[in-house]
Order: sequence, then C-alpha cells, then structure tokens
Amino acid sequence: MDATLAPHAHDEHPSGLARWLTTTNHKDIGTLYLWFSLAMFMFAGALAMVIRAELFQPGLQLVDPMQFNRLTSMHGLLMIFGAIMPAFVGFANWQVPLMIGAPDMAFPRLNNWSFWLLPVAGALLLASFFVPGGALAAGWTMYPPLFMQGGIAYDMTILAVHVLGLSSIMGAINIITTILNLRAPGMTLMKMPLFVWTWLITAYLLVAVMPVLAAVITMLLTDRHFGTHFFNAAGGGDPVMFQHIFWFFGHPEVYIMILPAFGIVSTIIPTFARKKLFGYTSMVYAVSSIALLSFIVWAHHMFTTGMPVAGQLFFMYATMLIAIPTGVKVFNWVATIWRGSLSFETPMLFAVAVVCLFTVGGFSGLVLALVPVDIQLQDTYYVVAHFHYVLFSGAAMSIIGGVYYWLPKWTGHRYDERLGQWHFWLTTIAFNVTFFPMHFLGLAGMPRRIPDYALQFADFNQIASLGGFVLGAAQLLFVYIVVKCVRGGEPAGDKTWDGADTLEWTLPSPPPYHSFTTPPKID
Amino acid sequence: MDMHRRSLSAPAGLAGLGLAGPAGAEFALNLPPPATEIAQRIHDLHTLILWICFGIFLVVFVPMFYALWRHRKSRGHAAHDFHENPRLEVAWTVVPVLILIGMAVPSTSVVLAMKDTGASELTVKVTARQWKWEYEYLGTEVRFASNLATPQAQIENREAKGEHYLLEVDRPLVVPTGSKIRLVLTAEDVIHAWWVPAFGVKQDAIPGFVRDAWFRVDAPGTYRGQCAELCGVNHAFMPVVVEAVPPERFAAWLDEQKTARAAVQAASARDYPLAELVERGKAVYAAHCAACHQESGKGLPGAFPALDGSPLVKGPLAAHLAIVLDGKPGTAMQAFAKQLSDLELAAVVSYERNAWGNKTGDGVQPREVAALRK
Repeated sequence: MDATLAPHAHDEHPSGLARWLTTTNHKDIGTLYLWFSLAMFMFAGALAMVIRAELFQPGLQLVDPMQFNRLTSMHGLLMIFGAIMPAFVGFANWQVPLMIGAPDMAFPRLNNWSFWLLPVAGALLLASFFVPGGALAAGWTMYPPLFMQGGIAYDMTILAVHVLGLSSIMGAINIITTILNLRAPGMTLMKMPLFVWTWLITAYLLVAVMPVLAAVITMLLTDRHFGTHFFNAAGGGDPVMFQHIFWFFGHPEVYIMILPAFGIVSTIIPTFARKKLFGYTSMVYAVSSIALLSFIVWAHHMFTTGMPVAGQLFFMYATMLIAIPTGVKVFNWVATIWRGSLSFETPMLFAVAVVCLFTVGGFSGLVLALVPVDIQLQDTYYVVAHFHYVLFSGAAMSIIGGVYYWLPKWTGHRYDERLGQWHFWLTTIAFNVTFFPMHFLGLAGMPRRIPDYALQFADFNQIASLGGFVLGAAQLLFVYIVVKCVRGGEPAGDKTWDGADTLEWTLPSPPPYHSFTTPPKID
Repeated sequence: MDMHRRSLSAPAGLAGLGLAGPAGAEFALNLPPPATEIAQRIHDLHTLILWICFGIFLVVFVPMFYALWRHRKSRGHAAHDFHENPRLEVAWTVVPVLILIGMAVPSTSVVLAMKDTGASELTVKVTARQWKWEYEYLGTEVRFASNLATPQAQIENREAKGEHYLLEVDRPLVVPTGSKIRLVLTAEDVIHAWWVPAFGVKQDAIPGFVRDAWFRVDAPGTYRGQCAELCGVNHAFMPVVVEAVPPERFAAWLDEQKTARAAVQAASARDYPLAELVERGKAVYAAHCAACHQESGKGLPGAFPALDGSPLVKGPLAAHLAIVLDGKPGTAMQAFAKQLSDLELAAVVSYERNAWGNKTGDGVQPREVAALRK
C-alpha cells in the first residue's frame, strides 16, 4: 500500500444486492462470511436435532436408517466446511486488517471470489438431498469402498468439497499475503496480536493440506467413474490408503478449526482480566509446534485398521506430544487470569468456558491417544463426545464469544448483555448435558453412526437428546440477539471494552467503510 | 471387577417422567467388565489415565476458579502487571513431558501384548459382508454366517423389545475357553469392524486385505459386541455374539457341525417338489435377503430394488440365478454362491419366483445350482 496517498473519504458503494455481489471491501466480505456460516450453523444444527430425536428412544421412530446416515454425514460436513471454517475466515476478514492497521486485504477481488464460491458449494450440498438416492450417507469422512455405493449426490459432494477447498486456499493465500505485507510500520511479527498469529499459521496449514484433500477426492471420483482402482483392492488398490491421505489432510484440518479459536480466546481473556496476555512468546511457539506436530499424527485416527506395531507406537507417542504445547496454552490463559481485575461480560464467560471445556476435550484426546484404550473407544460415542468438546465448546463457543466481543465494534451497538448472559448459561449447561453422557455411552460400548441401539444405552441417550434440544433452541436466542444488535442498541463507543488494547478499538464503532488508509504508528 | 463400581442402578426419577427406556436400561459409567487379560489391562490403563487427568484438572482449575472468584474487578481487585516467568514456563513444559512418559510406558507394553498373535491354538477366519459376519474354522470344513436375530417388528416398535435387542444373532461364534484364539479378518464389500468390548478386540475387516487379532477368554459365557465401522444402511444391525464354552463342549459342538454339514450335502443331492422348495426358500429369504429387499419384496426405493414384479426375477431363470450366485459388483448385492448350500440357493430362487405377485410357476433344483458352480 501507499502510505503517502492523501486520505480522502469515499464511502460510496453500490447499494442493495449489487453492493454485496461486487464488494471488495474486507468488512462487507467478513460480514457475508459470518452470515453464511450462521445460516449453515443453524441448518446443520437442525439436522442434529433430527438425529437426537431419532436417538431419543431405542427403535426406529422418525427416519429410516438410510436417512439417518445422510443426517450424520451432512451434519458433519456442513458444520466443518460450512459453519466453522467460513466463520473463522469471516473473523479474519474483519479483524486482520483492523488489528494490523491495514486498509484492506491484500487481494480484494480474490477475496470477493473466495466468498462467492461458498454459496455455490452450499447450494450443491443442499441440492444433493433431493437427487435420486439422496445425500451423502457414507460419513463426512467419505471412506471407500462404502463411498462407491452412493449415487449422484456423492459426485455433487466431491464437486462441492472441491469448490470449498478452492475458496479456502484462496482465502488463506490472501490472509498470508495481507499479514506479511500490509502490517502498519513498526508492527513487527512479534508485536502482532495473537489472533493474527494464529490465523497466519492456520492459513499455512490450509495451503498445505487443502490440496491433499482435493487430490484424494479426485481419486475417489476417478475410481467411481473413470476406471481407476486407487482404493479398490480387486484392482490392486488399497482402501486404507484413502484413510492415510484423508487424515493427512484431516488432522491439520482439526487444528485449522481450533487455532483461530485459541487466537480469539487469547484476545478476550486479557481484555477482561485487564492484564497483558501471559507468555506471548511461548504462545506463538506453542501454536507453531501444534501446527508442525499436526502433520505427523494422522494415523491415530486409524489405529483399528491394523498397522505394524512400530506404526502404532510412533503415532501414539507423536500424538501424546501435542499435549505439551496445548498444556502451555492453557497454563498461560490461567496465568493471565491470575491476579487480573476480572469482569464477566458475555465474551469473557464464553472464553472461560472454552478454557475449561476445551481442556476436558484435551483430556479425552489424551485418553484416545493411547493405542490400547483407543482400540476400545474408536468409533464409539466417546469419540463423538471428544470431538464435540473440542469443536463445539472449543471452536464454536470461541466463535460465539468472538461475535459478542466484536459485534459492538462491527455494528456500533452494544448487544443486549442480559440476553447474552442467558444465552451463555443455556448453551453451556445444555452442551454439557448433551455431550458429557456420551463419554459414558462410548465407554459402555455404543458405536457411533447408528440410528438404533441396544437397551442398555437408552437412559443416557434420552438425557443427551433433551440437552440437545435445549442447546438447539438456545441458538435461536443467539440469532435473535445478533439481529437485534445489528438493528440498533446503545451506542458502543470507540472502545467498548476498557481492557482492550488492539488497534481496532482506536477506530470509531462501526469503523468507516475504509479504515487505516493512513497506517497507524506502532511503537 | 466389582459391579457396583461399574454401574449405578437406574434412578426412579426418569421413570417418573415417563421417559425411561424399557427394562434392562442402566447407567453404565465405565468400560464393560473385562473377560480377557488384555481387556483387563486396557481397563486398568484407562483408570490410570483418568486419575492422572483428574489430578491435572485439579492443579489447573482450582487456581483458576480461585482467581475467578478472588480477583474480580467487582471486589475491587486491581490487575497486577506481570506477563512472563521463564522458570514457571519451563516447569510447566518439563513436568508434562515426565507425566507423558509415565503414561507411554504402560501403554507400550499393552500394545506389544495385543499385537502378539503368535502361538494360537485355534484360528477362525472372519469374513464381513453387508450386514453379517461369516465364521470359518480353519482346518475344518465348518463355516457359517451369523445374522441379526432381532425381529424387524421389535425394531419398528410393533413388538416389545427383548433383553438382548440388537445384540443377538442366529448363530454365534463358538470358541473354547482357555485357548488362544486367533482371528484373521477380511471383508467382501466395504470396511467393517469386529468388536467385542469385553475382549478388548476391535479390528477393521478390510476388503482385499487380511488383518489379525487374538483373544483368550477364561470364563464360559456369552459375549456381545457390534460392527464398529460405518458399513451402510444396516450398520446398526450387525451384532457380534461369541459363546465361550469349555473345551470338551467345544469339541462336541465342532463334531455336530461337521455332521450337520454332511447332512446338508446329502439334502442337496436329491430333487424336491416346487411347493417344498418355496417353503424352504421363505426361511432362507428371511435370513439373507429381507434386510434389503424386505419381507414384502418391495425393496427400499432409491436404495434396494423390489423383487416383487421385477422383470429379472420373472424373466429367464439363468439370469436370476446368476445374480444370486455372483452378486452385482459395486452394489450391496453379494455373491451368495459361497455363502449358501445348493439346496438353499435353489429354494430361495424358487421362492422369489413364486412369492408375492411373481407367480412364474417354475423353480430350480439343487443339482441345477450345483451344475452352475462348476
């Protein structure tokens, strides 16, 4: 960017639909990403409501087993690729330029395209429910040979995932270029807010692994239609090879969904502790080591496929190592809270809940890292509990906390604090009622991805379903709070939170359409 | 393991709400009681890790909640200004490393034991198919399929659910107690996973590849598990049941199976009137075909074709027999040639041709099926 350019405010832009279709403004695109992900979150959540309703009692009541498999597969796929990932890109769009003092993203037009690919992929996935044979029912992990038995919807899913991957790669390149080139003078890498650091590392992970996903689903496509046998043993292929390649993408993908969440939590906690983040440097190193380790642990998703003992031991030890940098992060958050001057507005409540509940997910991750225990628990509800503790109470609750934190900045209005607190307590309690019993179900031997179960699992399933319905309803409250805040409310003031110290709080709320056209000075 | 630690009896509260599941439901909180040494070691390992995690939980969250309570702004607490402490940071990196080593050592020894499938006394080949297990006692001629025995009416809530709902099969795997049993596993269509929690064995069965696992169970009894890898529409309906019996009883059982097999071969050697074939075919159909094509022969639209009125079934006999014997690659339709006897195949084909609205009036004899096998 050209710092000598005379600042002139030109806020004019097309209005109506044309504004959103043609926009290259990072704030508009951030907003689009966030609305898209909220819509997908509610839709995929509605699928989960049907899953929990079917599992309320033993026996088949609402849906047939095929429909059930479609629900679980599409719930996973849409939550990961439609809700969580786009939400974080929305945060990056809004916050990265504001936090590093840049006027916009480095590639504004690419940014527009990255977003507008998402509705295309979303439409393909939604349409796949209505084609002959119905939507993907082979699990979000798409394992062959089961995947080969599907109809046209499976090809639509491959295409949709390709489009989503394309969008993610372009978004990631944009974020990396923005962070490396558009920082305000004086903002060295080690002065960047931690949220920016986590997104920089996440973006590198995306660039590294999304092409691997693209490759493996292309191999599925050619196996399905063009006579190759990559994963067909009868033709000299190997179905387990799919799992190796898929999880080489899949494990870094898990961190793609959690590192920006760490960034959000590391922004919120110091603000409401009114104290600098403890151990900033070690946080940066911890995030980097988690990212590097994520490339050498993939086969822990596959311990029951049967692998040489050396393979099992290597992947077990490597997986256990991840506990160390993750522990460092949790310890740093606790030390940041220690002797702060704490207040508990809604964002802080969510951040504290993330620290506690993500840690529970970390513990169950450690349990699952141990090969012998994993062999008992693989593909059971224990794993379902584990990944909802890291993905819902880790990623999704960080996103929600982040929305409460920055919504006043984005809209210029304060959200309704009383309703926000209600939303927090309903969500946190209902979440635990839903997912904590699943640990017990998994230990007792209930497999995942089943529409019907043996009688000994009935009681905990009933509790989980009741919790699930409250959890789902609580998110309607969230939508109401967000819409209410967008439409009006108490003025937020430039610096809504007295403990905040990042650059976006030096701007008015909402910030002008073009901000930091003259870069701020960082000392 | 003592029972009272494992489970709490179902509280009356839920029953009072009218929500409780049927009798037999229980709030099991831990792994099922181990029946093998490996399962016991896994159980102990899990308990150890759980206590370690609980300890770490206290160390981290007691100070955190103390701070959340004591260091509130509303109590007038002012923020202290510190954001680094190298000694502390080194400590909370090194101590976890030591804890992890403490976890890795016992885990490694269990992994090595689980992987040691040598010196087995009996080898059973397990072949997984959508949605049944086939057991073959290697070195003998004994081979049979194991299907879900729970009636469809219970699944569809038309009948009360039995005690072992979804965890019962027509023919369990029978093994002798006190012997090291080696399983070699493979699959014919998609990936399945053979799992009995009480044994600590869960092993994927992968088409085109052979994997192995082992167990030794000392207490006679019936042990139940399920398929653990998503394998399509009836994944939930593919239980594993193992019956462990004393060695003498096992030997007697094996002899019975051999005699029964000879009887089946003899039965396939003669011709039958059509009505008898159709009658026998009905039972074969219920066990092997109805899961997909349904008892009504109407199939499941979009997933499994109807046989009632199907041109293939009502058409030439040869094409109908071919698809039943060889299956249809790329679909859930399996090759039944190796799974069923000549008589069973002849019976089921005759049944399909004469059941529902398919009144072709023709049938097929066991010797005609036998001729096609060559």
